[in-house]
Amino acid sequence: MTRKLALLLPLAMMASGAFAQNVLINGAGATFPYPMYSKWFDEYHKKFPTLQFNYQSIGSGGGIQQVTQGTVDFGATDGPMNDKQLMDFQEKRGNGVLHFPTVMGAVVPVYNIAGVTAQLNFTGEALAGIFLGTITKWNDPMIAKANPGVNLPGNDIVVVHRSDGSGTSYIWVDYLSKVSKDWETKVGRGTSVNWPVGLGGKGNEGVSGQVKQTPNSIGYVELIFARQNKMPFGKVKNAAGVFVEASLASVTADAAGAVKEIPDDFRVSITNSPGKESYPISSFTWLLVPSKIQDATKKKAIADFVKWMLTDGQAMATALDYAPLPKPVVAKELKAIAKIQ
Amino acid sequence: MTGSLLLWRRKAVNIAMLTVTGMCTVVAAGILIFILGYLFIHGAASLNWNFFTKLPTPVGETGGGMANAIVGSAKLLLIASFIGIPIGFLAGVYLSEFGEGVFAFAVRYVTDLLNGVPSIVMGIFAYTIIVLPQKHFSTWAGGIALGVMMIPIAVRSSEEFLRAVPKALREGSMALGASRAQAIFTVVIPAAKNGIITGVMLNIARVSGETAPLLFTSFSNRYWSEGLNQPTASLPVMIYTYAVAPYEDWHQQAWSAGFVLLTLVLGVNVFARLVLARNRHVAR
Amino acid sequence: MGITFLCAFSILAITAYLVWELWINSVLPRHQFGFNFLRTQTWDPVAGQFGALPFIYGTLVTSAVALVIAVPLGVGSAVFLAELAPPALSDALAFLIELLAAVPSVIYGLLGIFILVPGLRIIEPYLKAVLGWTPLFSGPFYGVSLFSAGVVLSVMIVPFIISISREVIRAVPNDQREAALALGATRWETVWDAVLPFASRGIAGSIFLALARSLGETMAVTMVVGNDPKIKASLLAPGYSIAAVIANEFTEATGELYTQSLIELGLVLFALTVIINGAARLMMAASERGKV
Repeated sequence: MTRKLALLLPLAMMASGAFAQNVLINGAGATFPYPMYSKWFDEYHKKFPTLQFNYQSIGSGGGIQQVTQGTVDFGATDGPMNDKQLMDFQEKRGNGVLHFPTVMGAVVPVYNIAGVTAQLNFTGEALAGIFLGTITKWNDPMIAKANPGVNLPGNDIVVVHRSDGSGTSYIWVDYLSKVSKDWETKVGRGTSVNWPVGLGGKGNEGVSGQVKQTPNSIGYVELIFARQNKMPFGKVKNAAGVFVEASLASVTADAAGAVKEIPDDFRVSITNSPGKESYPISSFTWLLVPSKIQDATKKKAIADFVKWMLTDGQAMATALDYAPLPKPVVAKELKAIAKIQ
Repeated sequence: MTGSLLLWRRKAVNIAMLTVTGMCTVVAAGILIFILGYLFIHGAASLNWNFFTKLPTPVGETGGGMANAIVGSAKLLLIASFIGIPIGFLAGVYLSEFGEGVFAFAVRYVTDLLNGVPSIVMGIFAYTIIVLPQKHFSTWAGGIALGVMMIPIAVRSSEEFLRAVPKALREGSMALGASRAQAIFTVVIPAAKNGIITGVMLNIARVSGETAPLLFTSFSNRYWSEGLNQPTASLPVMIYTYAVAPYEDWHQQAWSAGFVLLTLVLGVNVFARLVLARNRHVAR
Repeated sequence: MGITFLCAFSILAITAYLVWELWINSVLPRHQFGFNFLRTQTWDPVAGQFGALPFIYGTLVTSAVALVIAVPLGVGSAVFLAELAPPALSDALAFLIELLAAVPSVIYGLLGIFILVPGLRIIEPYLKAVLGWTPLFSGPFYGVSLFSAGVVLSVMIVPFIISISREVIRAVPNDQREAALALGATRWETVWDAVLPFASRGIAGSIFLALARSLGETMAVTMVVGNDPKIKASLLAPGYSIAAVIANEFTEATGELYTQSLIELGLVLFALTVIINGAARLMMAASERGKV
């Protein structure tokens, strides 16, 4: 035991003493923007070596919860906080929380159907029906109608959804709520919901793994994820009635369609927004920053980072397959930084 | 005729059942060999020096390591040992030397309960009593969660080894005029030293692989954790996050980390059990 | 000497504090749902409906599957090691098997995701061909399931059963064996009729201890159970366990009621393990007394 202590102590001291002037800022939340954030925080650390942004991707629900409890300095989420969550935050912390959109992403339906290689078209009603459990066979007319010429099998559909609280789920069910009254009343919106059918996978990885390995299954993952893993994903019918494939361009188009109505607190859903080229299941992803930060060093570091992220940082987005923010949003956010106090 | 048939059947059953038990053993032992082999092939293949010296890199950049997680695990175990071992050991002394009556029964019973507390529940406990009031995740919180988990095992193993010390030793030293306390601390405990050290090592090895209590206490950290008030990376949590993440490169790192962790844990086990075995042999 | 008493006392204090913390931090769901928390099946964070039954069910079923596999395997090995194997081989194998108990849970999970689940997909058609007529093995199989979790758990608990049972069987007095052999019993009959009945309480105790362990197992189960809070008859369907839902949702739960419901689940799990541990202790104590 003593020998073990003698071995460990110097290690512990080294880790505690050597970097005393560093500032560590903890953040947690959404998994979808994690590659982007880890790149940004790494670049920012290289620029300012004493600033360490420690971001852990525990899920959007976790981001909201932990920033509300005050256990992390900032949160991150793919679904904006709802009014009740904002009230909880106000009650617990005595101040508000600011939403800063960082980049945009899309959620796509991925599927694995034996013998089908064509890219499938999905209407919103069909997706809602499948996830509600009212459409159970692949050759259901609701699906077949949108896919003339594709020979769909009569097998049962296996639905795969996220098991963890997830912003990806939020975007997905937010879209389903907009296109289906049934979905809105029976299930509703949230980072985790009571799924009527299907099995759960943890994370994008869990869902795509299930879909890949389960014949006749359908699930939903982030566009980047589907691309990196070379999974087939379907086109989705947008509000203008066009089947659109998700891409950085169609996501940006979707945001442009919604940009006029962006409120001052940036809490806005851009799913199913108008425009012929819009991909309908798109969303911002947000940083959650408390409006009041006691520690002056941390306050400055976070405010400076947000500013850098909106300017230099945006230029790195496309290289990592994220859609950068529309210019008017950036301009509006730069003004909002002053609200961090 | 029927008699010999019966005998034949009895013999056949005998051989069949004995074979079945043998096969059970082969399966059980085979699983371990398989696990070790698989981890060795998968983990060692992608293991390199960077793993021990570098910090994790951002997603998509290769070449990072888990140096901070290794140090983090060491710090967590250090705190845990400082909490769990003295309390557990001294309570074990109490039970072995004065362990009669209702109070001792209660302590033994509750120690068993504490040992049975699922590790995830221990995580909730540390989160509500340390992380929430302090408003931040910390190495302390994780270390304390692990430390509480160490207590019951420390109690049990030290009590057992102290009890194994022959009565004659105690009585002899007390006959020579030593007080009860002197007898315990100068004669009994030194006599049980090997066993106690073995227990301590196995205890540390056991909690070193615990993941669930750390998820919401020590959290994780991309960088070096300074002091004990910051969240820290640790090997088991890194294995978990890297295994369920969608990046092939991370899966490789998870295997490497799994290999390193398993080698450490099993190494300590083999070493400690060989000491233990030698000790037992002498005692008999 | 006071300090040793103090340390012993602190164990009582810590445990009491733990139970107290869990209790006061789960007032809301108790207040709102009462016993229905344990009886209802809906787990709907959006609507604020929390029923624990699917998790309790999943926890018990995965542990049951684990026992069905691990008990014959474990007791069989213990018999072989204690009664048949030459002592040197027995010690070496027992040593190896005890090492299995030391492998961290997260590593079992790692192996579970990347080896066991793909492996079960290959075995599944054969499993169904043999057992598919029962509702337990009907329906589609996706790889992750209650059954997969049970298999991982069985590997994790088998070492406990083997090492304790082996000790217990070894401790059976030799007269028992000699008497049976002298009456002309075969080796197996001796074990079955004379040794095992003598050791049965100790073996049962080891099984309860293993059960307590598997109920609270978290990481490995989370990684392979499928994480779906529904109660289905088939073992091949995905399920959920108490420990897994806490690990998945605790840092993510938004709102007091949700968090507190998870803490109450923790309390339920604690209560379950307390009961099982108590039973194990009683069995072991009875077996000690039986030995004389």
